[in-house]
Amino acid sequence: MKLLAALLLPIAAWAGNAEQGRAIATASAEASCILCHAIPGARGPAGNIGPPLAGVGARLRPEELKARIVDASRINPETVMPPYGRTGGLHQVAARYRGKPLLTPGQIDDVVAFLLTLQ
Amino acid sequence: MKRLILPMVFVTGTALAQRSGLEFASPEIRRLQASEAENPGMLWVDEGEKLFAAQCASCHASMKGVAARYPRIVAGKVVTLETKVRHRVPFAYESEPLLALTAYIASQSRGLPIGQHLSEKDVAKGKAEYLRRRGQMNLACTNCHDANAGKRLGAETVSEGQPNGYPTYRLRWQTLGSLERRLRACFSGVHAEMPAYGDPRLLELEAYLAWRGRGLAIEAPAVRP
Repeated sequence: MKLLAALLLPIAAWAGNAEQGRAIATASAEASCILCHAIPGARGPAGNIGPPLAGVGARLRPEELKARIVDASRINPETVMPPYGRTGGLHQVAARYRGKPLLTPGQIDDVVAFLLTLQ
Repeated sequence: MKRLILPMVFVTGTALAQRSGLEFASPEIRRLQASEAENPGMLWVDEGEKLFAAQCASCHASMKGVAARYPRIVAGKVVTLETKVRHRVPFAYESEPLLALTAYIASQSRGLPIGQHLSEKDVAKGKAEYLRRRGQMNLACTNCHDANAGKRLGAETVSEGQPNGYPTYRLRWQTLGSLERRLRACFSGVHAEMPAYGDPRLLELEAYLAWRGRGLAIEAPAVRP
């Protein structure tokens, strides 16, 4: 029911903060999106391991974007994309990262909000 | 089962068309590596030659071709060039004398093919490590170094992860370093538990990489970004 509601809501109703999401996605940090994906308007060198994110907000719905960020292996078991919102079923995680996701649920919502601006 | 088969097909497929990390490096780095006078790794080779003459030459004559036959499997255990050099004097890992000696010994095999003495059966454990996803980022070596070699991770080009240049002078380290140091950097990068130097997992991985890159010419001391 929750999922259905999310699908029916207009984009503007997505809870995340797009500006903060842009900062997370384009940061020069270890697991930032731009390391693997070209992002329109971002400065600095972008990777090309994943597909460019131009227009991704038009291609995928908010919940689809979120599902790919939380755990892309649910969609493609062979994916190289890290699971940003999953902590279970991982092996040999360094002690200081154990039980912690790469991004918090709030940060993931922010990134989704930013991706939705890429129309 | 399906999850396992796919990467294995990849590995077998790429083993025949290996590309040294040198092919992914910039023209400036290639030039540095090729120049005896400017390759910074040659400082360690020169130091290692002196150390070898002083501490090893009474028993060992020429080291030509020796490094190409490492890592070896002895009684089921992997012996790397580092672990072998430490047999008499237990130099600390990444210490200057150990880097100097291994750089000198490896340089004595420049141009010779690696991994010819290993069989796939010898390196089965290392292969399993290579294919195992680990860390907070849930990545296996193969996810980047087979499936995405040649692509860009930010400003860096992902290489095939070939071992034929080690010990290697990395500009980012501003020093020479061992293959174990490089492997540990990947463990750290995926936020995995860090194996200690000499950990069997690292040694098994080294043996697998030598088999996987078999036929590549030794470039040590190589220069990399």
